[in-house]
Amino acid sequence: MAELIAASGISKAFPGVRALDQVDFVLKPGEVHALVGENGAGKSTLIKILMGVYRRDSGSFTVKGRDIHDFSPQAAQASGMAAVYQDISLARTLTVGENFFLGHMPTGRWGTIDWTAAYDRCGALLRELGLDDIDPRAPLSSLSVAKQEMVAIAKPVFENADILVFDEPTALLAAEETELLFSIIRRLKAEGKGIIYISHRMEEIFAICDSVTVLKDGRHVRTMPVADTNPDDLVRLMVGRSMEDMYTIKRARPGEVALKVDGLTREPRFRDISFDVRHGEIFGLFGLVGSGRTEIMRAIFGADAFDRGEIHLDGKPVRFTHPSQAIAAGIGFMSEDRKNQSIALPLSVRTNINLAHYPAISPFGVIDRTAERDAARTYVDRLAIKTPSDAVAIRNLSGGNQQKVVLGKNLAAKSRILVCDEPTIGVDVGAKSEIYKIFEKLTEGGVAILMVSSYLPEIMGLADRILVIYEGRPMAIVDRSDFDEEKLVRLASGLQA
Amino acid sequence: MTVADKLEIAARPGIAALGRFRIGTSATLMAIVVVLFAFLSMTSAVFPTPENLSNLLRQTSINGIIALGMLMVIITAGIDLSVGAVVAIAGIVNALMLQAGVSMWLSIPLTILIGASIGVFNGILVHEVSITPFIATLGTLTIVRGLVMIMSGARMVANLPKEFGQIASGSVFGIPSMFIIWMVLFAVTVFLLNYTQLGRNFFIIGSSREVARLSGIRLRPNIYAVYGLSSAYAALAGILLSSRLSMGVPTAGISYELDAIAAVVIGGGSLFGAAGSAIGAVLGAIIMQTIRNGGNLLGIDPFALQVIIGALILIAVGIDQIRVRKAEKG
Repeated sequence: MAELIAASGISKAFPGVRALDQVDFVLKPGEVHALVGENGAGKSTLIKILMGVYRRDSGSFTVKGRDIHDFSPQAAQASGMAAVYQDISLARTLTVGENFFLGHMPTGRWGTIDWTAAYDRCGALLRELGLDDIDPRAPLSSLSVAKQEMVAIAKPVFENADILVFDEPTALLAAEETELLFSIIRRLKAEGKGIIYISHRMEEIFAICDSVTVLKDGRHVRTMPVADTNPDDLVRLMVGRSMEDMYTIKRARPGEVALKVDGLTREPRFRDISFDVRHGEIFGLFGLVGSGRTEIMRAIFGADAFDRGEIHLDGKPVRFTHPSQAIAAGIGFMSEDRKNQSIALPLSVRTNINLAHYPAISPFGVIDRTAERDAARTYVDRLAIKTPSDAVAIRNLSGGNQQKVVLGKNLAAKSRILVCDEPTIGVDVGAKSEIYKIFEKLTEGGVAILMVSSYLPEIMGLADRILVIYEGRPMAIVDRSDFDEEKLVRLASGLQA
Repeated sequence: MTVADKLEIAARPGIAALGRFRIGTSATLMAIVVVLFAFLSMTSAVFPTPENLSNLLRQTSINGIIALGMLMVIITAGIDLSVGAVVAIAGIVNALMLQAGVSMWLSIPLTILIGASIGVFNGILVHEVSITPFIATLGTLTIVRGLVMIMSGARMVANLPKEFGQIASGSVFGIPSMFIIWMVLFAVTVFLLNYTQLGRNFFIIGSSREVARLSGIRLRPNIYAVYGLSSAYAALAGILLSSRLSMGVPTAGISYELDAIAAVVIGGGSLFGAAGSAIGAVLGAIIMQTIRNGGNLLGIDPFALQVIIGALILIAVGIDQIRVRKAEKG
């Protein structure tokens, strides 16, 4: 039986990161092949290379026996490949039927669109797949997110793709829809199509997949039949070796409780979240994408509202309705979406460092420009931000230096509690360890750090305690002495430790 | 060439005014003004006369004042299409008050206040109702134009006190007082944009509303302020225009919003927000009006002039686009 995809020795480097290193991957017809690994293991890089989004640095691959040199998303589609990503990439304002036919609507005698035929064919397939309750004439935006996801899943089936990639397809689905998805996958499998299935959920991999490939740190660890392994072994292969020295920092002696969160709830994103962070402590929040980590952080910072629960700062109850109140109370925030939430891209490094500092240096609304300049110079020096001058637009800086500016912005605003969501996202290795050193200094000075990271070695290396959440619910608070990669991954996947 | 030379200096005045890039834009505009003046002085005997020059400055002042307000709105990544209508309503309201015997020292501040409140109405539409600025101010434009016609009965309001007309015709040491008023507003705008928290907020909001909010900036007062300022500037321009005409004209200010936007954009402003400077807007307004004035003097077909000015706007915006794309590619 010929292979649908045969890739060997695929490598890809990004500035400062070796995303893929000599990875082999084979997909056979009629096979459901799971691709697993931690965040940053290289799963999405591999998929993007196979789908023609990225260009590989070295290695080779064939699709249906044909050597692939210059690949593009269009060429991938023409070869019968289709990918369904986590974020639904369909036209939300168009109808379900129009989304099925995007750009290829069936036409009638006069070259006009044959709407009846279009909707009939779309409706027929939806019924075949058991999606009777989806009206082909309904605008996509009128459907629930789960139904939209089902439409996204049905579309490649409709297009008769024979190599399908499902990237975390069940993240938005309820149990019965997941069952429906599995029946669609079984049908595709029976037709001899090949499916690459990416998921963090062990039970799904063991329910639907035939073989599994484990990636770690951009390397191929092992490929084996699912029947030959079990969830525990798989998790062990994923997390692999011990963590590196990079993440070990000097620990401060934690002092009084700085931030106490009690029963924080915002349906349906998170429920009954309780923890406290002490001065000088790094408290980790660990969970999978979509587990509610970011939403919890934003609620604490006053960026989003929450339903119930209490927040205490240094023993005093607070409830922020706007981030300005949180900033004034000494809370700093580093968002995971740096470019859209943390920095003003077209503006100067100087302005960006002072973003949250202006109220303090602007008596009667007039900026003290000496204080503005001094703050910028202080933090450019202290945080070793590499920039030719503080008048340069921040968009010209590297990710690591931009992130140091974000740290400087929070320090200039005198944050005593730092809430950071993926503090080293899009940051190269060198800047990463610099950021960890800054964290070390901050905790020495009594700053409390609340940190989300989906990268286990990082959060385990830095945090004193970790709260693991799964689908918005707290699973356990784990002390540093009990840190164990397998245990944390199991908890984050909804399994008891 | 060092790394620093290749880097784009931030599009923020103040710091940026010292930087290579902004000086580049302003210097280019300044050079264009000089070339235009030199060329027109050589080709037209009338152009360099004091009468024509002070006439040119008076004409430019109206659009120049509106452009300064528009600049601030555009810096927040917004747009204000209602300024031309505000020019008209300010002229009519003020003229009606003067006719009713109200002193101009009372009627002028009141008119500016009414103008500002129209701006705050725009701010409410943009911030509270989340209507995009283009549509919000288009609606306001239409409403205000209608109100002007109702209030004036579609007739001009004439027979205004002599001293009101002297505001526009007056001059100090030979410099038209309208130009002086414009320059005072220019100084106010430079101060607001470069030296106050409010101005800095405009740039940050124009860069990203979410970044502004998460940095502790409250959007409401800033959005109200920027549209309020824009309308207040436009109201003052309307008062000056009616002083120049010695009457309130209900059809005054038609398409002035487009001239103001053009001046801002020629001066380096970007409709994507967070870019632009007061000096750029001033020079942009001068260039546009000089081409119009000079073209008339040279007897160029006014329709051909329109084509030239349109092309000028496209060239300016085209350069802006290329700049943005380059910056994004980083």
